[in-house]
Amino acid sequence: MVWKIGLLLIFSWVIIGTWVFEPPMSSTFNPEIYRIFYYHVPVALVTFIAYALAMYQGLRYLSTKKLQYDSKSSIAALLGTIFCVLAMVSGSIFARFTWGVFWNWDPRETSIVVLLLIYLAYFSLRSAVSDPVKRANLSAVYSLLGFIAAVFTIFIWPRITPGLHPGAPGDSKIIVMSFNTLIVFLPALAAFIILFLWVYSLSVRVASLQKET
Amino acid sequence: MSAAGKSGLVSKTLAVLLKDLRSELRTRYAICAIIMFAVVTVVAVGFATGGITLEKDLQGILLWLVIYFASMAGIGQSFIKEEENRTSLALRLFAYPPSVYGGKYLFNLMLLFVLEIIVVPLFAMLVGLQVKCYVLFFSVLILGTIGLAGTTTIIAAIISKTSTKGVLFAVLSFPLILPLLIMAILLKRLGGVAGVNFLCSSNVCLRIFTFRLCLE
Repeated sequence: MVWKIGLLLIFSWVIIGTWVFEPPMSSTFNPEIYRIFYYHVPVALVTFIAYALAMYQGLRYLSTKKLQYDSKSSIAALLGTIFCVLAMVSGSIFARFTWGVFWNWDPRETSIVVLLLIYLAYFSLRSAVSDPVKRANLSAVYSLLGFIAAVFTIFIWPRITPGLHPGAPGDSKIIVMSFNTLIVFLPALAAFIILFLWVYSLSVRVASLQKET
Repeated sequence: MSAAGKSGLVSKTLAVLLKDLRSELRTRYAICAIIMFAVVTVVAVGFATGGITLEKDLQGILLWLVIYFASMAGIGQSFIKEEENRTSLALRLFAYPPSVYGGKYLFNLMLLFVLEIIVVPLFAMLVGLQVKCYVLFFSVLILGTIGLAGTTTIIAAIISKTSTKGVLFAVLSFPLILPLLIMAILLKRLGGVAGVNFLCSSNVCLRIFTFRLCLE
C-alpha cells in the first residue's frame, strides 16, 4: 500500500515537473519537444532491466530446476516486451518531431526492432513446446542467449554506427542534465522501475495462484 | 566432470566430431544440401545482377546473405539427426554437454569453411568481389563464420526438441544472428574488427556455458 501511494506521489511529481520546469536541452531548436525525454528514456532503461531480470530468473531456473522461476522469467520477458514497444512508440513520436519522420531506420531504431524480434522469437519458442519442463529448459537457455544479443544491440551497436540518435559516434553534444532536469528525471526513472516491479510481482502472484487451482 | 578431467573432455569432443564426420561422409546429406543451396543462390544472384557492377557494400551484403541462408539449410540438421535416429540419449550418456556442443560446433565450423572455400571464389567469378584489404576481408570472414557456427549450433540444439523444427530454426536464429551479420556487413565501413571479435568471444564462452546447464 505504501508503495502504491508512493508511486502515485512520484508520478504526480513527474507529470507536474515535466510541464513546470524548463525543458531538457533548452539550448536546441524547438526545445518543447524534449519534454518526452522524461518518459522515453526511463521506459527504455526499464526494458533493459526487465530483460536482465528474465535472464537472471532463467539462470536461477537452470540451477534449481524449479518451475516457478521459469514462469517468473517469462513474465519478466513479457513485461520487457511491453516496455520495449512503449519505448519504440515514444521514440517514434520523438523522431517525428525532431527528425521529421516517424521511422527512418536509424541504428537505434533498427536495434530496437531486432531486440523486439529476439523476444518475439522467445515467445514463439515457448508456444512451440508443450511439455512444461522441456519448455522451461529451452526457454531459459534461449533467454540467456537472447540477453547476450540484447546487450549488444542496446549498448554497442548504436554506439559504433553513425546515426542521429544521441550517443552515436561523431555526436559532439554530450547531454549534461541541469539540476532542474535531474530532479524530474531521477524520480521518473524510479517511478517506472517501481511500476515495473509492482506489475511484475502482481503477475507472479497471479501465475502462482492459477497453478494452485 | 572432475573424474575424467580435461583430457577426457578434449578426447570426447574429438570423438563426437569424428563420429559426425564419419556419418557425414557416409550420407553426405548436410554438405550436399548446404553447397547446392549456396551454389543455386550465387547463380541466381549472379543472373539477376548480370551486367551490373555492384557497389562494394552491396557485394558484402549479398555474400553474407548467401552464407547465412546456406548455413540455415545445413546446420539445423545437426541435432535433429540425433533426435530422428534416437541417438541423442546415447550421446548424453556418452559425453559431457560441453563436448557434445564442442564436437558439433567444430563439425559445423568445418562445414561452413568448406562451404566458403567453394562459394567465395564462385561469388567472385559470377557476381564480382572487389576486396580493398585482404587481411581484413579474411579475418572478418573467419570471425563471422566462428560466430555464425556458434549461434546456429546452439539454436539447432534447442529446436531439435520442439515440434515445428524447420520454421522455428529460422525464427530463433535470425534475430540472434542479425547483430553479427550487420557487424560483418558494416565492417568495411568501420575499418576494424573489434565488434565481431567481442561478439564472437562472448558468444562462444557463454554458449558453451549455457549448453552445459541445458543438458545437465
